[in-house]
Amino acid sequence: MNHTTIGEIVRGDREVFPPYLYEAYQSTRRRAPTLPLIDVPLTLSELTGPGCAISAITEEDADLTRNAGTGGEAIGQRIIVTGRVLDDRGAAVPNTLLEIWQANAAGRYLHKRDQWPGPLDPNFLGMGRCSTNEDGVYRFLTIRPGAYPWKNHPNAWRPAHIHFSVFGPSMLSRLVTQMYFPDDQLHQLDPIMNAVPTKQARKRLIAAYDHSVTEPEWALGYRWDIVVRGPYATPFESKEDGR
Amino acid sequence: MNKLLLSSAQTVGPFFEPALLREDARRNVLTRPETPGERIRIEGRVLDGDGAAVPDAMVEIWQANAHGRYNHPADQGPATLDPSFLGFGRSGTDPDGSYWFETVKPGPVAFDTERLQAPHICVTVFSRGLLNHLVTRLYFEDEPANALDAVLQYVPEDRRATLLARREPAGAVVVYHFDIILQGANETAFFNV
Repeated sequence: MNHTTIGEIVRGDREVFPPYLYEAYQSTRRRAPTLPLIDVPLTLSELTGPGCAISAITEEDADLTRNAGTGGEAIGQRIIVTGRVLDDRGAAVPNTLLEIWQANAAGRYLHKRDQWPGPLDPNFLGMGRCSTNEDGVYRFLTIRPGAYPWKNHPNAWRPAHIHFSVFGPSMLSRLVTQMYFPDDQLHQLDPIMNAVPTKQARKRLIAAYDHSVTEPEWALGYRWDIVVRGPYATPFESKEDGR
Repeated sequence: MNKLLLSSAQTVGPFFEPALLREDARRNVLTRPETPGERIRIEGRVLDGDGAAVPDAMVEIWQANAHGRYNHPADQGPATLDPSFLGFGRSGTDPDGSYWFETVKPGPVAFDTERLQAPHICVTVFSRGLLNHLVTRLYFEDEPANALDAVLQYVPEDRRATLLARREPAGAVVVYHFDIILQGANETAFFNV
């Protein structure tokens, strides 16, 4: 991995969130903003959000091994990925939409722009969604994705990962992230994962193997909790608004 | 209070389209026939630091209804709730970087107990190469309330114009044009929220 410039512009906690410019990940170079982000007071517009209203989904949506609609089953190591969505005070985030997408067991995405010679699986779309329950718990059945080669630098491979999109209770909790698997030697070589500034924050993105989630003669279990920013803000008082 | 460490953001990458923009997941049209309010169309392009189109971005919007009420339990204001209007939109970008929404012009929502905000739409932008999504607001250039908007006052004066959607010359539909410029001379003012 080429170590080059790491930008100063970060949205949110600098110990947690990646900078927009991280040159080792080449696509950031012409897409990262270069002017300071504007600090603004939080208002009703930020403390509300669509998260509690979009969840029109079916049970099959959470089973990526069968949701291709072919009647066949995806090939690969069957896994259960489950966990809770929590806010930063530890409160469960119930009834919120999670959308996921991933490569197949061979590391190939079903996408017109993914043309590397990994085999496609006709029974695997690589996308799913579910809603958290009252306790903030989600659960997907899928197959373990393979590592994915990309053109960022010579011999570049992304570690196995599952993309997650989460809404949560407000605009502050909106999050798109990636879940990684434990004990993957590609972590240390991956500029996208390493753009996360601290070891602690990177660890937060790695699921844990959990034998209590594993089901006999069926599927291996992984547990991964997602922590999003809660809808908390001191009401902005007009007296403090000196501008 | 002991705070839990937040989960970090990671890029949406190049392959989100089949999942996030599937037919029942994208929402270019926010209105139903019965939705009250002035119909508007929002159009624009997402451009990178070279002025080149970003053809693999996703733009999401969140807004109040035409009366100025969010469809969310945290909004307990007096404005009428409209069950036909969620206020959430999601659009991909085309090869030329363009995105669009059909919606209603939002009414003003509260800033604090005394003041209203100028009508605005919350905008978030995701794409390959964005390690964290970008957050900004769309305001309407022909809205007199902009001059008093408390949030706009935080945006340096020379950057405010980047948040003003331009009203297109009158046609069959009212169109507001709002380009999102990720980097460069006319870079959109993005928010740290």
